[in-house]
Amino acid sequence: METNVESGPGTPERPLKVAIVGSGPSGFYAAEALFSSGVAVEVDMLERLPTPYGLVRYGVAPDHAKLKSVTGVFATIARDPRFRLFGNVELGHDIDIERLGAIYHAVIVATGATADRQLGIEGEHLAGVHAASDFVGWYNGRPDVADLAFDLSQPTAVVVGQGNVALDVCRILARPVHELGHTDIAEHALRALKASRIQDIHLVGRRGPAQAKFTSRELRELSTLEGWQLRVDPSDLALAAACQEELADPAHIHGAKNVALLQACAAAPERAGHRRIHLHFHAAPVALHGAGRLAEVELEAQALRGPAKAQQAIGTGRRRRIQAGLLLRSVGYRGTALPGLPFDPRLGVIPNEQGRVLDGGKVSRGAYVTGWIKRGPTGIIGTNRTDSIETVSTLLADRTTFELDRPGRTALAAHLDAAGRRVVSFEHWLCIEREEARRGAMLQKTAEKFTTIAAMLAATELAS
Amino acid sequence: MTHVVIENCRDCRFTDCVASCPVSCFHVDELRAYIDPQTCIDCGACIPACPVHAIVEEFDLSDEQRHWLDVNAEAARRYPAIRGKLPALPTAAAKRASLGY
Repeated sequence: METNVESGPGTPERPLKVAIVGSGPSGFYAAEALFSSGVAVEVDMLERLPTPYGLVRYGVAPDHAKLKSVTGVFATIARDPRFRLFGNVELGHDIDIERLGAIYHAVIVATGATADRQLGIEGEHLAGVHAASDFVGWYNGRPDVADLAFDLSQPTAVVVGQGNVALDVCRILARPVHELGHTDIAEHALRALKASRIQDIHLVGRRGPAQAKFTSRELRELSTLEGWQLRVDPSDLALAAACQEELADPAHIHGAKNVALLQACAAAPERAGHRRIHLHFHAAPVALHGAGRLAEVELEAQALRGPAKAQQAIGTGRRRRIQAGLLLRSVGYRGTALPGLPFDPRLGVIPNEQGRVLDGGKVSRGAYVTGWIKRGPTGIIGTNRTDSIETVSTLLADRTTFELDRPGRTALAAHLDAAGRRVVSFEHWLCIEREEARRGAMLQKTAEKFTTIAAMLAATELAS
Repeated sequence: MTHVVIENCRDCRFTDCVASCPVSCFHVDELRAYIDPQTCIDCGACIPACPVHAIVEEFDLSDEQRHWLDVNAEAARRYPAIRGKLPALPTAAAKRASLGY
């Protein structure tokens, strides 16, 4: 095989041709890093859906408009003349990884981690038990879950988890609908939330307030919702020596602030006429009961054991039940295996070394990963920028090992054309976005998203 | 609301924050970095990135620290935005040690 030992592709005559699979934050920051590298590049981004931006569009809560505005940065990257979006194109369905690897010098997989972790307890199949990620996708209008139904006629809901997603779903369940009505929340979700009868939300997690993963900013926001009060049992906030030690670490930036805020909540008198969000620490769901439908959530009290930063929650045998008809579990996302690529089922990631894919410990030439499928589902939008900078720097260091001539864009377009695939370009997406904004304006909302692929595709034919 | 860079950054300018910023809202002069409050989206990714804990969410500023809001806003107008990490200043290690990090 012909390789250029001097420098590899990346000159104006022979640009480095890279395919990025996935159009969420890590994918866009990989494109940005390639564009600012000084190397001549062509970047093509494949996206399963006709709409880009991944979890910024379908994960970030609709009432966090400022965070969602990061899409403006992605749109600027997409307008670079070296960039092309191939939307509505799924890896493993419309093209396989072998073919993609033969067309491009390098492929960066940035498909994220969107499968949910289950609790693995009795009764998880009951109606009324859902993945929080499905609820999040539902209120954000994600096509594959837009048809789900969540029974909000229940007086009591339980949310399992101690991260920002758990707090997001609590907040969306509780936030007065007049504060959501102007956002891009899906109309079907707004309608269901308007009719909600939920009076009590129990947020349940096995670890203590010092270990909770949510940020103090999210907790503060939850504590200030109109018409709701955060309730915490003061005894749940007692801190053992190991917890005190964890809180004293300056790297643990949210712990002390969270505990201070929770102490203030615990000390506040109960406010009449308010609905309640109950925070339960040191509690793990161990069984879900009901005849076909969820009726009761059985919790077991947990005790933390072990040294600071390595404490484990151990069941104490003390159990109690909460009557609840809706449960949303948010105990982590995990990546999904992709056909033709190695996968670590334990960690839910593609094995890699600084972004370079490893297959059975061996380098998989030309294959790279970034974002959640690389490091697991941790960190926030900006974390992916650092991560993608690392992956692109690894890729550029491998440039001398790439074959010189790869057909790139034209060959991908020809392959998809031959397969009869309808490709959605970035310009097409802008048509969809414009149309969603227009629909939204009629409802005094920032946007009303299309919730079916067919409607999205139809919108690409308007006005362009 | 925004995030602000406080005194700790002066003479360090590690700029690890810059790589983690999703909207490239950091600006620098010869001594330190600043956040443009018009561009910051309050995601907080920069807070754990800073080795000297120089970045604070507006809500958490003490009364003595609140003047940094104006300092950051004004400096962001005056100095250029940067998109990538720079080498730390030669004085960074000493400053970091003096801060106890």
